This record gives sequence, C-alpha cells and structure tokens, in this order.
Amino acid sequence: MCLSVPAKIAKILPNDMAVVSIDGISLEISIALIEEINVGDFVLVHVGYALAKIDPSEAKRTLQLLQELGSAGQECRS
Amino acid sequence: MKYSDEFRDKTIAQRLARAIDAEVSSQRAYRFMEFCGGHTHAISRYGLEDLLPANVRMIHGPGCPVCVLPASRIDMAIRLVDRPEVTLCVYGDLMRAPGSQGRSLLRAKALGADIRMVYSTLDAIRLAEQSPGRQTVFFAIGFETTTPPTAVMIRIAENMRLKGLSVFCNHVLTPSAMHSILEDPKIRNTGGGPIDGFIGPAHVSTIIGTQAYEPLAEQFEKPIVIAGFEPLDVMQAILMLVRQVNQDRYEVENQYSRAVTREGNRRAKNWMSQVFELREQFEWRGLGFVPNSGLKLNRAYERFDAETRFALHDMPVADNPACECYAILRGAKRPVECKLFGTVCTPQTPVGACMVSSEGACAAYWTYGRVRDEHLRQTS
Ligand code: SF4
Repeated sequence: MCLSVPAKIAKILPNDMAVVSIDGISLEISIALIEEINVGDFVLVHVGYALAKIDPSEAKRTLQLLQELGSAGQECRS
Repeated sequence: MKYSDEFRDKTIAQRLARAIDAEVSSQRAYRFMEFCGGHTHAISRYGLEDLLPANVRMIHGPGCPVCVLPASRIDMAIRLVDRPEVTLCVYGDLMRAPGSQGRSLLRAKALGADIRMVYSTLDAIRLAEQSPGRQTVFFAIGFETTTPPTAVMIRIAENMRLKGLSVFCNHVLTPSAMHSILEDPKIRNTGGGPIDGFIGPAHVSTIIGTQAYEPLAEQFEKPIVIAGFEPLDVMQAILMLVRQVNQDRYEVENQYSRAVTREGNRRAKNWMSQVFELREQFEWRGLGFVPNSGLKLNRAYERFDAETRFALHDMPVADNPACECYAILRGAKRPVECKLFGTVCTPQTPVGACMVSSEGACAAYWTYGRVRDEHLRQTS
C-alpha cells in the first residue's frame, strides 16, 4: 500500500483534480494536497492523490552524487 | 527523466556496495532497521542484502500498515458488514488480512457481505453518492501517507452532505511507532544487539518532513536517514548510515531530497489536523498498545466516525501462538525463523499479517526467493 509512482501532470481539471500520465497510461488524480502545481510537473501518486512534487534539480543532484559515490567504490577495489 | 529507472542502475548499485564494503569496520556489526514496508519490498525485490557485507544486517521494521493492524480491528470490520445496510470500502491489500479464527474480509465477502475494493478515497465518495439509501463505510488504514486522503474525503462528504458516508479509522503515526521500538529494552536488544540506525520512510516523510524525526535521533542517539524506495536510494542510505555510525554522529539526513523537505507537506498536514485527533493509545500487531500512536476523527467530525455511528467496540484477541509476526515486526526474528513460514503460511493462506501485504516481511521473503538464499547461506 505504501508503493507509489512518479507521474507527470498532463492536465489540470476543476475541483482540485488533474490528469497524470504514468508510462503512457492516463489517470485522474486529486491534487488537493499540493499547494502549487503546473502541467509538466512530476508528482508522487499514492492512492489516487498527489502527495508531493518531485524537485528535478534535487533529483539530478542525487544522481550525480550516486555516480560519484559509485566511482569511489570502483577505485577502492582497483 | 522518469524518476524511477535512473535509480535502479545495477552497476552503480554494485559500486555503492563496494564503497560500503570499503568503509565498514570489520571490528563491529551494523544493524539497521528499515522501518517501512516499501523499503523491505525494495530490499527483497532487488536482492540488496546479497550486495551488502556480512556484518551489515537489515532488520525489517513494522512499517506496513496491513501487517501492524491487529486481528481485533478486522473482526470489528467484519461485525460491521454483518449489518445489511452497510457497504464497506477497503484498499485491496486488506482483503486477506487475518482476523481471529481464520476470518478475513475476503471470506466475509464470499459469504455475501457487501465489501468493495477501492483504489482511492474518491471511489468511496462516488459509491456513497450512487447509493443514497445505504451506509457506505470507508475502512481507513495506513500511516501519514493515506491519512490526508481520508481527511480530504471527509471534507468532501461534509460539503456534499453525504450523510451515508462514514470512516472506520485505523490511521497510525510513524514517529510514535519508532519511539516505541527504541524505548522498549526488549526490542532494542533482541536478536543479536541493538539497532544502530534507521532508514526512514520515503512517502510518509514527504508529508511529515524530516523534522518529525529530529527528537528521536536526539533522544535515542540514533542516526536516521530518510530514503527513497528505489534500490540506489536504499544503498546510498546504508552508506550514509555506516558513515554516521563510524563518525559517532546521530543526525537526521535526507537522501530523498527530490521529494522530501524538512518541513514536509504543509497543506497535507493542515488537512490532517483539521479532521483528526490523537487516540490515547492504539494497538499494533507486534508492538502492543502504543500511546499516542493512532488517530480518530475529532469532535467536529465525530458524526462521520463509524465506531460512534455503529457503536463498534474493540475486543482484543490473541494472535496465533505459532506466528512469529510479533518478533519479526520488532526486528527480533527473521521470517525464515518461523516454523509456519512457507509451509502452513503462504501468501495464499496467510496465518499472520506479515504474509498478507506484498510489503510484509514474510511475503517479501516468500516472493523474492529469500528462502533459497537463506538456505544457501546456512549450508555454505
Ligand atoms: S510466516 Fe506467517 S505465521 Fe510465520 S511469522 Fe510470517 S506471517 Fe506469521
């Protein structure tokens, strides 16, 4: 039940609803829990609600860090 | 970017494992609890334990809402659907959750009870709207992730004057459960030593923020790293925990900064505080009665509370004595140490709640072949 997926906002609808697409499949979800949202934003969808916005720059930073940590691991053994 | 596949790269995972291996001290063991079922699931699914050095052990915590729901609450729901006027809406994972004496919602449904599986609280609203003459009850369960959606549902029901909708509330709070694990000396020291740190929940933390864990880290001097649910997230979090332990630090760190902030989701927290209040205590399977760990509807919304509306009472029941769920949920034992594991108890015929949800420790071990690996390890 805790599993949730990142999805891209495709369309904002009235009444705090939105359409997202997940791997090409469209789904109507509630955005009542999110303060500010735009088409193109990525959100975490859980039980039909957007729980949080995903911050693209933080995601990039983490990926970069993972690469660096990973390469340190490589050096250790070589 | 898809924000999922990028965090599953096998080569980077292996390199991270080597980095962890290089930094652990061979002089000690590292015992980390992943609180959340989502992490348990990821660890089993991607075989992450096999990548870790032998002295780093992951303990599967109680963070699966279905697993920690005591049988008495399932019994209450079954008594509720005995009423002919009631339609019960539940999240799918709950259907097989064991009540007492082999009862489950699945069986109740087979015997004719009106039970509907829903994906979202919005489905419950739709159902209530379409069946004005009936009592539609939503079986609310989960941590701080599913709680705000329940709050939204109640507010919508209020605005729409949906008198036939109510909530059977079983929402529980993550920090209180972590507190109870850290406080109980029996739990702290069972099964080979204390817990050295926690991987903190991903999605719960998007709501409550990293600050919710700061008092815990401080009081118990344990590092807590909030991590995403992808395999690289988990591996990085383990490395961060190893470093904190090595450096004698006990901070709350945020690996999952792409979705979690220190403050959390202000709007969602607001929804929750408008609708819910703390229960004095709530029973958790595996942890017993934990003070201030459960939520119920507050005074203003009491009329939506199914427990009040239908005068439902909790009658505690003892769990199957052979089931080791209680020890597993506290990190004191592993699923394979249960005699019933894989024989009497399987996902098709769950005896304990840990086998019910795919996020439960026993089900995760079963599904992803941990049995075999465990067997290999013991015989090698
Ligand atoms: S295998 Fe089944 S009976 Fe054993 S602890 Fe897990 S859920 Fe309980």
